[in-house]
Amino acid sequence: MAKIKMKKKSTSTDMTAMCDVAFLLLTFFILTATAKVPEALPVDTPASTVQSKLPDSDLAIITVGKGKVFFDIKGREIRKRTLEGMGAKYGITFSEDDKAKFALMDDFGVPIAGLKQIIDMKAADRTKAGQPGIPLDSLDNQLKDWLLVSRRATIDLDDKELQIAIKGDAKEEYPKIKKIMDILQDQKINSFNLVTGMRGKDF
Amino acid sequence: MAELNTGDGGGGKGGKVRSKKQNSKVDLTAMVDLAFLLITFFMLTTSLSKPQSMDLSLPDKNEDPTKDKDLKVDEKRTMTIMMGENNKLVYYMGLLDAPIAGPKDIAYGKDGIRRELLARKKSVIEYTGNKDKGIIVIIKPGTKSKYKNLVDILDEMAITGVGTYAIVNDFQPKEKELLEKK
Repeated sequence: MAKIKMKKKSTSTDMTAMCDVAFLLLTFFILTATAKVPEALPVDTPASTVQSKLPDSDLAIITVGKGKVFFDIKGREIRKRTLEGMGAKYGITFSEDDKAKFALMDDFGVPIAGLKQIIDMKAADRTKAGQPGIPLDSLDNQLKDWLLVSRRATIDLDDKELQIAIKGDAKEEYPKIKKIMDILQDQKINSFNLVTGMRGKDF
Repeated sequence: MAELNTGDGGGGKGGKVRSKKQNSKVDLTAMVDLAFLLITFFMLTTSLSKPQSMDLSLPDKNEDPTKDKDLKVDEKRTMTIMMGENNKLVYYMGLLDAPIAGPKDIAYGKDGIRRELLARKKSVIEYTGNKDKGIIVIIKPGTKSKYKNLVDILDEMAITGVGTYAIVNDFQPKEKELLEKK
Protein backbone atom coordinates (compact mmCIF):
# COMPACT_ATOMS: atom_id res chain seq x y z
CA MET A 1 0.00 0.00 0.00
CA ALA A 2 1.19 3.40 -0.90
CA LYS A 3 1.53 5.71 1.95
CA ILE A 4 -0.13 9.08 1.44
CA LYS A 5 2.12 11.62 2.92
CA MET A 6 0.30 14.55 4.40
CA LYS A 7 2.02 17.81 3.85
CA LYS A 8 3.03 19.24 7.12
CA LYS A 9 1.35 22.60 7.50
CA SER A 10 2.60 25.19 9.85
CA THR A 11 -0.08 25.95 12.40
CA SER A 12 1.19 29.36 13.34
CA THR A 13 -0.13 32.46 11.66
CA ASP A 14 1.66 35.68 11.35
CA MET A 15 0.22 37.93 13.99
CA THR A 16 2.34 40.98 13.37
CA ALA A 17 -0.18 42.84 11.24
CA MET A 18 -3.03 41.99 13.54
CA CYS A 19 -1.06 43.15 16.49
CA ASP A 20 -0.27 46.42 14.75
CA VAL A 21 -3.91 47.12 14.00
CA ALA A 22 -5.00 46.18 17.48
CA PHE A 23 -2.55 48.53 19.09
CA LEU A 24 -3.37 51.34 16.68
CA LEU A 25 -7.02 51.09 17.63
CA LEU A 26 -6.13 50.81 21.27
CA THR A 27 -4.10 54.02 21.12
CA PHE A 28 -6.95 55.76 19.38
CA PHE A 29 -9.50 54.76 21.98
CA ILE A 30 -7.25 55.62 24.88
CA LEU A 31 -6.59 59.07 23.50
CA THR A 32 -10.21 59.83 22.67
CA ALA A 33 -11.53 58.60 26.00
CA THR A 34 -12.11 61.49 28.33
CA ALA A 35 -10.71 61.24 31.77
CA LYS A 36 -13.38 61.29 34.40
CA VAL A 37 -13.11 64.20 36.75
CA PRO A 38 -14.32 63.64 40.27
CA GLU A 39 -17.59 65.40 40.85
CA ALA A 40 -17.89 68.10 43.43
CA LEU A 41 -21.08 66.53 44.71
CA PRO A 42 -21.11 62.77 44.18
CA VAL A 43 -24.62 61.42 43.91
CA ASP A 44 -25.99 57.94 43.55
CA THR A 45 -28.56 58.19 40.79
CA PRO A 46 -31.56 55.88 40.81
CA ALA A 47 -31.72 53.25 38.10
CA SER A 48 -34.20 53.02 35.26
CA THR A 49 -34.69 50.90 32.18
CA VAL A 50 -35.15 53.85 29.86
CA GLN A 51 -32.11 54.23 27.71
CA SER A 52 -31.85 57.60 26.12
CA LYS A 53 -28.56 59.40 26.26
CA LEU A 54 -28.01 62.95 27.30
CA PRO A 55 -26.70 65.39 24.70
CA ASP A 56 -23.09 66.55 24.91
CA SER A 57 -23.69 70.23 24.43
CA ASP A 58 -26.31 72.82 25.30
CA LEU A 59 -27.00 71.02 28.51
CA ALA A 60 -27.33 72.18 32.08
CA ILE A 61 -27.24 69.64 34.86
CA ILE A 62 -28.71 70.40 38.25
CA THR A 63 -27.29 68.01 40.79
CA VAL A 64 -29.28 67.45 43.94
CA GLY A 65 -27.90 65.49 46.83
CA LYS A 66 -27.56 65.74 50.60
CA GLY A 67 -29.89 68.69 50.53
CA LYS A 68 -27.50 70.71 48.40
CA VAL A 69 -27.93 71.88 44.85
CA PHE A 70 -25.07 72.13 42.38
CA PHE A 71 -25.12 73.48 38.87
CA ASP A 72 -23.16 72.56 35.78
CA ILE A 73 -23.31 73.73 32.19
CA LYS A 74 -21.71 71.89 29.29
CA GLY A 75 -20.01 73.89 26.58
CA ARG A 76 -17.17 76.33 27.15
CA GLU A 77 -18.53 79.32 25.28
CA ILE A 78 -21.87 79.09 27.01
CA ARG A 79 -20.17 78.91 30.38
CA LYS A 80 -18.15 82.03 29.64
CA ARG A 81 -21.20 83.92 28.49
CA THR A 82 -23.20 82.76 31.50
CA LEU A 83 -20.54 83.90 33.94
CA GLU A 84 -20.44 87.29 32.26
CA GLY A 85 -24.20 87.57 32.53
CA MET A 86 -24.28 86.52 36.17
CA GLY A 87 -21.45 88.93 36.99
CA ALA A 88 -23.37 91.77 35.43
CA LYS A 89 -26.52 90.81 37.29
CA TYR A 90 -24.91 90.63 40.70
CA GLY A 91 -22.37 93.41 40.18
CA ILE A 92 -19.29 91.22 40.34
CA THR A 93 -16.59 91.60 37.74
CA PHE A 94 -14.80 88.50 36.57
CA SER A 95 -11.47 88.83 34.79
CA GLU A 96 -10.70 87.12 31.50
CA ASP A 97 -8.57 84.69 33.42
CA ASP A 98 -11.47 83.83 35.70
CA LYS A 99 -13.73 83.22 32.73
CA ALA A 100 -11.22 80.96 31.03
CA LYS A 101 -10.86 78.93 34.21
CA PHE A 102 -14.59 78.80 34.76
CA ALA A 103 -15.06 77.48 31.22
CA LEU A 104 -12.92 74.47 32.06
CA MET A 105 -14.48 73.80 35.43
CA ASP A 106 -17.20 71.31 36.28
CA ASP A 107 -20.09 71.62 38.62
CA PHE A 108 -20.08 74.10 41.44
CA GLY A 109 -22.34 74.84 44.35
CA VAL A 110 -21.58 78.16 45.96
CA PRO A 111 -23.43 81.46 46.17
CA ILE A 112 -22.25 83.81 43.47
CA ALA A 113 -20.25 85.86 45.97
CA GLY A 114 -18.05 82.88 46.74
CA LEU A 115 -17.61 81.73 43.17
CA LYS A 116 -14.36 83.60 42.65
CA GLN A 117 -12.76 81.66 45.46
CA ILE A 118 -13.80 78.38 43.91
CA ILE A 119 -12.51 79.43 40.50
CA ASP A 120 -9.10 80.23 41.99
CA MET A 121 -8.81 76.80 43.57
CA LYS A 122 -7.11 73.83 42.01
CA ALA A 123 -9.40 71.18 40.59
CA ALA A 124 -8.52 68.69 43.30
CA ASP A 125 -9.25 71.19 46.06
CA ARG A 126 -12.68 72.09 44.72
CA THR A 127 -14.14 68.75 45.64
CA LYS A 128 -12.79 69.08 49.16
CA ALA A 129 -13.90 72.66 49.62
CA GLY A 130 -17.23 71.71 51.14
CA GLN A 131 -19.33 73.86 48.87
CA PRO A 132 -22.62 74.79 50.52
CA GLY A 133 -24.82 74.57 47.43
CA ILE A 134 -26.55 77.22 45.38
CA PRO A 135 -29.15 79.20 47.31
CA LEU A 136 -32.65 78.72 45.99
CA ASP A 137 -35.06 80.00 48.59
CA SER A 138 -37.57 82.61 47.69
CA LEU A 139 -35.49 85.51 49.04
CA ASP A 140 -32.30 84.66 47.24
CA ASN A 141 -33.02 82.40 44.31
CA GLN A 142 -29.73 82.24 42.50
CA LEU A 143 -30.47 78.97 40.77
CA LYS A 144 -33.28 80.69 38.92
CA ASP A 145 -30.87 83.38 37.73
CA TRP A 146 -28.26 80.84 36.69
CA LEU A 147 -30.87 79.06 34.65
CA LEU A 148 -32.22 82.23 33.08
CA VAL A 149 -28.80 83.58 32.18
CA SER A 150 -27.50 80.29 30.82
CA ARG A 151 -30.62 79.78 28.73
CA ARG A 152 -30.24 83.20 27.27
CA ALA A 153 -26.56 82.55 26.56
CA THR A 154 -27.43 79.33 24.73
CA ILE A 155 -29.99 81.09 22.58
CA ASP A 156 -27.51 83.88 21.80
CA LEU A 157 -24.68 81.57 20.89
CA ASP A 158 -26.25 78.49 19.38
CA ASP A 159 -29.79 79.62 18.71
CA LYS A 160 -31.03 76.63 20.66
CA GLU A 161 -32.99 76.03 23.81
CA LEU A 162 -30.87 74.83 26.72
CA GLN A 163 -31.69 71.31 27.81
CA ILE A 164 -32.04 70.80 31.52
CA ALA A 165 -31.28 67.60 33.33
CA ILE A 166 -31.86 66.87 36.99
CA LYS A 167 -29.40 64.51 38.59
CA GLY A 168 -30.83 63.60 41.91
CA ASP A 169 -29.59 61.29 44.59
CA ALA A 170 -31.76 58.21 44.98
CA LYS A 171 -32.25 58.92 48.66
CA GLU A 172 -33.11 62.56 48.25
CA GLU A 173 -36.51 63.47 49.59
CA TYR A 174 -39.13 64.21 46.99
CA PRO A 175 -40.02 67.76 48.15
CA LYS A 176 -36.50 68.90 47.36
CA ILE A 177 -36.76 67.58 43.82
CA LYS A 178 -40.19 69.09 43.54
CA LYS A 179 -38.76 72.47 44.46
CA ILE A 180 -36.32 72.23 41.56
CA MET A 181 -39.12 71.19 39.25
CA ASP A 182 -41.14 74.15 40.44
CA ILE A 183 -38.30 76.54 39.70
CA LEU A 184 -38.03 75.04 36.22
CA GLN A 185 -41.74 75.22 35.65
CA ASP A 186 -41.83 78.83 36.77
CA GLN A 187 -39.65 79.50 33.77
CA LYS A 188 -41.92 77.49 31.55
CA ILE A 189 -39.48 74.64 31.24
CA ASN A 190 -41.95 71.82 31.23
CA SER A 191 -39.80 69.19 29.66
CA PHE A 192 -36.55 68.05 31.13
CA ASN A 193 -34.47 64.97 31.73
CA LEU A 194 -33.85 62.94 34.84
CA VAL A 195 -30.41 61.40 34.93
CA THR A 196 -30.62 57.75 35.87
CA GLY A 197 -28.44 54.69 35.97
CA MET A 198 -29.08 51.57 33.97
CA ARG A 199 -30.77 48.36 34.98
CA GLY A 200 -32.57 45.47 33.40
CA LYS A 201 -36.33 45.00 33.38
CA ASP A 202 -36.19 42.12 35.76
CA PHE A 203 -36.32 43.65 39.18
CA MET B 1 -0.64 28.19 16.89
CA ALA B 2 1.74 28.37 19.71
CA GLU B 3 5.13 27.05 18.96
CA LEU B 4 6.76 24.81 21.38
CA ASN B 5 10.45 24.86 21.53
CA THR B 6 11.38 21.34 22.20
CA GLY B 7 15.00 21.51 22.85
CA ASP B 8 16.55 18.07 23.20
CA GLY B 9 17.32 17.18 26.70
CA GLY B 10 19.96 14.71 25.66
CA GLY B 11 22.78 16.61 27.23
CA GLY B 12 25.86 15.98 25.11
CA LYS B 13 25.74 12.30 24.65
CA GLY B 14 27.60 12.41 21.44
CA GLY B 15 30.02 14.99 22.73
CA LYS B 16 29.40 17.18 19.70
CA VAL B 17 28.48 20.77 20.48
CA ARG B 18 25.62 21.61 18.23
CA SER B 19 24.50 25.21 18.06
CA LYS B 20 20.81 25.32 18.72
CA LYS B 21 18.64 26.65 15.93
CA GLN B 22 17.06 29.81 17.26
CA ASN B 23 13.44 30.37 16.42
CA SER B 24 13.14 33.92 15.10
CA LYS B 25 9.36 34.08 15.47
CA VAL B 26 7.81 35.53 18.57
CA ASP B 27 4.45 34.30 19.60
CA LEU B 28 2.15 37.29 19.42
CA THR B 29 -1.10 35.55 20.28
CA ALA B 30 -1.19 36.57 23.88
CA MET B 31 -0.28 40.13 23.02
CA VAL B 32 -3.07 40.39 20.44
CA ASP B 33 -5.49 38.91 22.93
CA LEU B 34 -4.60 41.53 25.43
CA ALA B 35 -4.77 44.33 22.89
CA PHE B 36 -8.25 43.37 21.76
CA LEU B 37 -9.42 43.02 25.31
CA LEU B 38 -8.30 46.55 26.05
CA ILE B 39 -9.86 47.84 22.82
CA THR B 40 -13.17 46.33 23.77
CA PHE B 41 -12.91 47.85 27.20
CA PHE B 42 -12.18 51.34 25.93
CA MET B 43 -14.78 51.15 23.21
CA LEU B 44 -17.51 50.18 25.63
CA THR B 45 -16.57 52.58 28.36
CA THR B 46 -16.42 55.60 26.08
CA SER B 47 -19.95 55.12 24.85
CA LEU B 48 -21.39 53.88 28.12
CA SER B 49 -19.97 56.56 30.33
CA LYS B 50 -22.51 59.00 28.95
CA PRO B 51 -25.23 59.15 31.54
CA GLN B 52 -28.60 57.68 30.77
CA SER B 53 -31.57 59.88 31.15
CA MET B 54 -35.28 59.76 31.34
CA ASP B 55 -37.49 62.33 29.67
CA LEU B 56 -40.14 63.92 31.77
CA SER B 57 -42.70 66.35 30.46
CA LEU B 58 -44.95 68.13 32.85
CA PRO B 59 -48.05 70.13 32.01
CA ASP B 60 -47.92 73.89 32.02
CA LYS B 61 -48.10 75.13 35.54
CA ASN B 62 -49.59 78.57 35.00
CA GLU B 63 -52.68 77.11 33.54
CA ASP B 64 -55.75 77.64 35.60
CA PRO B 65 -55.97 74.69 37.97
CA THR B 66 -59.74 74.68 37.74
CA LYS B 67 -59.51 74.09 34.04
CA ASP B 68 -58.12 70.63 34.54
CA LYS B 69 -61.06 69.60 36.62
CA ASP B 70 -63.45 70.51 33.84
CA LEU B 71 -61.85 67.86 31.75
CA LYS B 72 -64.18 65.00 32.40
CA VAL B 73 -62.53 61.68 32.69
CA ASP B 74 -64.25 58.42 33.38
CA GLU B 75 -63.17 57.59 36.91
CA LYS B 76 -63.20 53.91 36.03
CA ARG B 77 -60.15 54.57 33.89
CA THR B 78 -58.04 56.15 36.57
CA MET B 79 -55.61 54.45 38.83
CA THR B 80 -54.01 56.38 41.63
CA ILE B 81 -50.63 55.39 42.95
CA MET B 82 -49.39 57.00 46.14
CA MET B 83 -45.87 56.78 47.43
CA GLY B 84 -45.01 57.13 51.09
CA GLU B 85 -42.21 56.71 53.55
CA ASN B 86 -40.02 53.58 53.52
CA ASN B 87 -40.97 52.46 50.03
CA LYS B 88 -44.63 52.27 50.89
CA LEU B 89 -46.87 52.12 47.89
CA VAL B 90 -50.65 52.35 47.91
CA TYR B 91 -52.89 52.13 44.89
CA TYR B 92 -56.57 52.25 44.15
CA MET B 93 -58.74 52.32 41.07
CA GLY B 94 -61.44 54.88 40.53
CA LEU B 95 -62.50 57.30 43.22
CA LEU B 96 -61.37 56.83 46.78
CA ASP B 97 -64.91 57.08 48.11
CA ALA B 98 -66.13 54.37 45.80
CA PRO B 99 -63.06 52.47 44.69
CA ILE B 100 -63.23 49.71 42.12
CA ALA B 101 -60.20 48.08 43.60
CA GLY B 102 -58.09 48.76 46.64
CA PRO B 103 -56.90 50.86 48.29
CA LYS B 104 -54.22 48.32 48.83
CA ASP B 105 -50.56 48.25 49.73
CA ILE B 106 -48.38 46.86 47.02
CA ALA B 107 -44.69 46.26 46.43
CA TYR B 108 -42.44 47.81 43.84
CA GLY B 109 -41.07 45.72 41.03
CA LYS B 110 -42.27 43.12 38.61
CA ASP B 111 -44.32 41.03 40.99
CA GLY B 112 -45.99 43.98 42.60
CA ILE B 113 -47.09 47.10 40.89
CA ARG B 114 -46.08 46.01 37.38
CA ARG B 115 -48.32 42.98 37.31
CA GLU B 116 -51.18 45.05 38.64
CA LEU B 117 -50.58 47.81 36.10
CA LEU B 118 -50.51 45.40 33.19
CA ALA B 119 -53.70 43.70 34.33
CA ARG B 120 -55.47 46.98 34.91
CA LYS B 121 -54.32 48.35 31.60
CA LYS B 122 -55.87 45.39 29.83
CA SER B 123 -59.12 45.54 31.74
CA VAL B 124 -59.53 49.27 31.13
CA ILE B 125 -59.15 48.82 27.39
CA GLU B 126 -61.71 46.01 27.53
CA TYR B 127 -64.02 48.28 29.45
CA THR B 128 -63.77 51.25 27.09
CA GLY B 129 -63.49 49.15 23.98
CA ASN B 130 -61.18 51.75 22.51
CA LYS B 131 -57.44 51.36 22.25
CA ASP B 132 -56.89 55.11 22.50
CA LYS B 133 -58.78 55.34 25.75
CA GLY B 134 -56.45 53.45 27.99
CA ILE B 135 -55.68 53.66 31.65
CA ILE B 136 -54.85 56.99 33.25
CA VAL B 137 -52.39 56.80 36.10
CA ILE B 138 -52.19 59.50 38.73
CA ILE B 139 -48.89 59.48 40.55
CA LYS B 140 -48.89 61.07 43.96
CA PRO B 141 -45.48 61.22 45.59
CA GLY B 142 -45.85 61.93 49.28
CA THR B 143 -43.67 64.44 51.06
CA LYS B 144 -41.70 61.68 52.72
CA SER B 145 -41.13 59.63 49.62
CA LYS B 146 -37.71 59.47 48.09
CA TYR B 147 -36.67 60.56 44.64
CA LYS B 148 -35.93 56.94 43.83
CA ASN B 149 -39.58 56.05 44.36
CA LEU B 150 -40.64 58.60 41.78
CA VAL B 151 -38.13 57.35 39.24
CA ASP B 152 -39.17 53.77 39.92
CA ILE B 153 -42.81 54.53 39.23
CA LEU B 154 -42.00 56.58 36.13
CA ASP B 155 -39.92 53.65 35.02
CA GLU B 156 -42.85 51.30 35.52
CA MET B 157 -44.88 53.59 33.28
CA ALA B 158 -42.24 53.23 30.60
CA ILE B 159 -42.02 49.45 31.01
CA THR B 160 -45.75 48.81 30.99
CA GLY B 161 -46.30 51.31 28.21
CA VAL B 162 -48.79 53.49 30.03
CA GLY B 163 -48.78 56.68 28.02
CA THR B 164 -51.08 58.86 30.08
CA TYR B 165 -49.92 59.64 33.55
CA ALA B 166 -49.72 62.71 35.68
CA ILE B 167 -47.79 63.70 38.75
CA VAL B 168 -50.15 65.28 41.23
CA ASN B 169 -48.96 66.83 44.43
CA ASP B 170 -52.06 67.53 46.44
CA PHE B 171 -53.49 64.95 48.75
CA GLN B 172 -56.96 64.53 50.08
CA PRO B 173 -57.00 64.12 53.86
CA LYS B 174 -58.24 60.58 53.46
CA GLU B 175 -55.39 59.72 51.14
CA LYS B 176 -52.89 61.12 53.58
CA GLU B 177 -54.35 58.94 56.27
CA LEU B 178 -53.98 55.88 54.08
CA LEU B 179 -50.39 56.70 53.36
CA GLU B 180 -49.41 57.31 56.95
CA LYS B 181 -51.15 54.24 58.26
CA LYS B 182 -48.68 51.55 59.08
